[in-house]
Amino acid sequence: MADMATDPLLADITGPTPGQMLRKRIFGHQGLLIGAVVLGVLVLVAIFAPWLAPHDPYAQSLMARMQPPVFLGGSWEHPLGTDHLGRDYLSRLIYGARVSLLIGTVAALISGVIGTAMGVAAGYFGGRVDAVVTFLINVRLAMPVVLVALAVVAIMGGSLQVVIVVLGLLLWDRFAVVMRSSTLQVRGREYVAAARAVGCSTPRILMSEIMPNIVNNLIVVVTLEMAHAILLEAALSFLGLGVQPPTPSWGLMVSEGKNMMLFEPWMVMIPGVVLFVLVLAINLMGDGLRDVTAPENRS
Amino acid sequence: MSDVNKDAPVLELRGVTKTYSVKQGLFGAPKPLTAVNDVTLTLGRGEVLGLVGESGCGKSTLAKILLGLEAPTQGEVLVDGERIDATDRRRLARRIQPIFQDPYSSLNPRKSIEDIVSLPLLVHNVGDAASRTKAVREILDIVGLPARVMQTYPSQMSGGQRQRVAIARALIMKPEIVICDEPTSALDVSVQSQILNLLGDLRSEFGLTYLFISHDLAVIEHLATRVAVMYLGRIVEEADVAGLFDQSRHPYTQALLKSVLTPDPGMGVPDTELGMEYPNPIAPPPGCHFHPRCPAAMDRCKIIAPLPIPTPDGHVECHLFDGDGPEPVRSIS
Repeated sequence: MADMATDPLLADITGPTPGQMLRKRIFGHQGLLIGAVVLGVLVLVAIFAPWLAPHDPYAQSLMARMQPPVFLGGSWEHPLGTDHLGRDYLSRLIYGARVSLLIGTVAALISGVIGTAMGVAAGYFGGRVDAVVTFLINVRLAMPVVLVALAVVAIMGGSLQVVIVVLGLLLWDRFAVVMRSSTLQVRGREYVAAARAVGCSTPRILMSEIMPNIVNNLIVVVTLEMAHAILLEAALSFLGLGVQPPTPSWGLMVSEGKNMMLFEPWMVMIPGVVLFVLVLAINLMGDGLRDVTAPENRS
Repeated sequence: MSDVNKDAPVLELRGVTKTYSVKQGLFGAPKPLTAVNDVTLTLGRGEVLGLVGESGCGKSTLAKILLGLEAPTQGEVLVDGERIDATDRRRLARRIQPIFQDPYSSLNPRKSIEDIVSLPLLVHNVGDAASRTKAVREILDIVGLPARVMQTYPSQMSGGQRQRVAIARALIMKPEIVICDEPTSALDVSVQSQILNLLGDLRSEFGLTYLFISHDLAVIEHLATRVAVMYLGRIVEEADVAGLFDQSRHPYTQALLKSVLTPDPGMGVPDTELGMEYPNPIAPPPGCHFHPRCPAAMDRCKIIAPLPIPTPDGHVECHLFDGDGPEPVRSIS
């Protein structure tokens, strides 16, 4: 065998591993880091809500209704004021983070499982499976999400569980579209043909050859659909058909504040801003993940 | 392997045809596309059959059929006299392995080299983890890669190194037949010869039989023992490598030989006299598929498809040889 030090063929296998390169790109991407930090803080707030909230979010006090937040001349007793039933706004915001994140995560998870299974099957098997899945995607895309969700909630009655399940069963379209096209792309690669020629079973090819190469797209869609689900929950709650009172939900808080909007605009603005920050953080993270994992950024 | 009859063909194709139906437009009726048309070939043990032809002539489809990735529409493929459609896929995988064209696409970028090379062992439940690692180390050494590459990823390697990994993966199960689908066309010229020499060395070391697909006649001449020339899905000429290069019969083969680039840049790109572009395989020309581009085309070429005519070392499909022997009926110069 040739001398390793001098043979150009054997030298120079010293570049960073894909994992090291990924780590480097993650820590070099500002949007991703900002999004991740903000989202991380909100997740921690939701988890530790009982310890962080200064008051019981359900405790009403008709003597202390609609107190302004501290920056508008209120007291530190209620830093963000109180609502029309005298409930502490900050505590309701903190508990509301639980609702938003729960709905976002679980709805994205349900639709992710449905959409990924459909998309990967369509992309890998093609033919009739693909025709059926494409048809289902088109049917789903022809349905307006909010109207269907409203109709279902109106029939089934609004509750956290119903909202989660309805959104989970409605938001799989983007997963299916993206997973189908990425699978289609990957299955044409020669390493898939090589795995088949080696005698790999179809499940093994899907799990160990296809999935690892499309999971980056999946992560991006998960973040987008999480933000989508959170916004839809807020919209449904605002319309009175989402999470039912007295559960603290940001959309519900906007809805309850809207009657007072002309006199006490902060009642709408505070939950609105928090919702905005959460969705922005998730989208920043999704954008960042897409940049970081995009093939054109690979050297 | 000593009990195996040396003369029996290790790989045999009988009248293999593959037709795809291509749909044109949303409401267009599907049209048949015959990618491989009535191909009959035999490969003896230890032979290297070079398969040449232009892009799109069906070479890669033929390779997929041999690997069991596509089923032929008609005809049968036999490995050691056993039909491959009746053979278990995993059993077939132990006998026939591929080396693909593009080493940037044939290795899963998410897997380490050890995982890639040991995948066949894992799938076939050969040995335990320790013995698999040992086998990977041995085969990497045979293809000329140091053991330390085992923990690296394909993106860290050069094209030639990756192709060596692909060769290692193909050989780790000790197959009898290796289908090389243009294994050097994606590589630098300097690396091509290394890989070709490696393939030649491995053939003698393991007693491998190659089906070597290429559009580069120089590569074929270097490695092959027999050559089959493919045009629009048909084998138009088959001969021993020396015979084909000394005395090619089919006008298409002659044009291909003319197309080989010479090292002298002053001579420019050689004129193959083929003129017209490659015909549409969905609507192949009638009669002999080659007649619109053939410098020696006669009237009957436009109507009647030529039949394979046996020659001393193979066959040729051309009306020029319709007479009483392997000599041309008419000069084609």
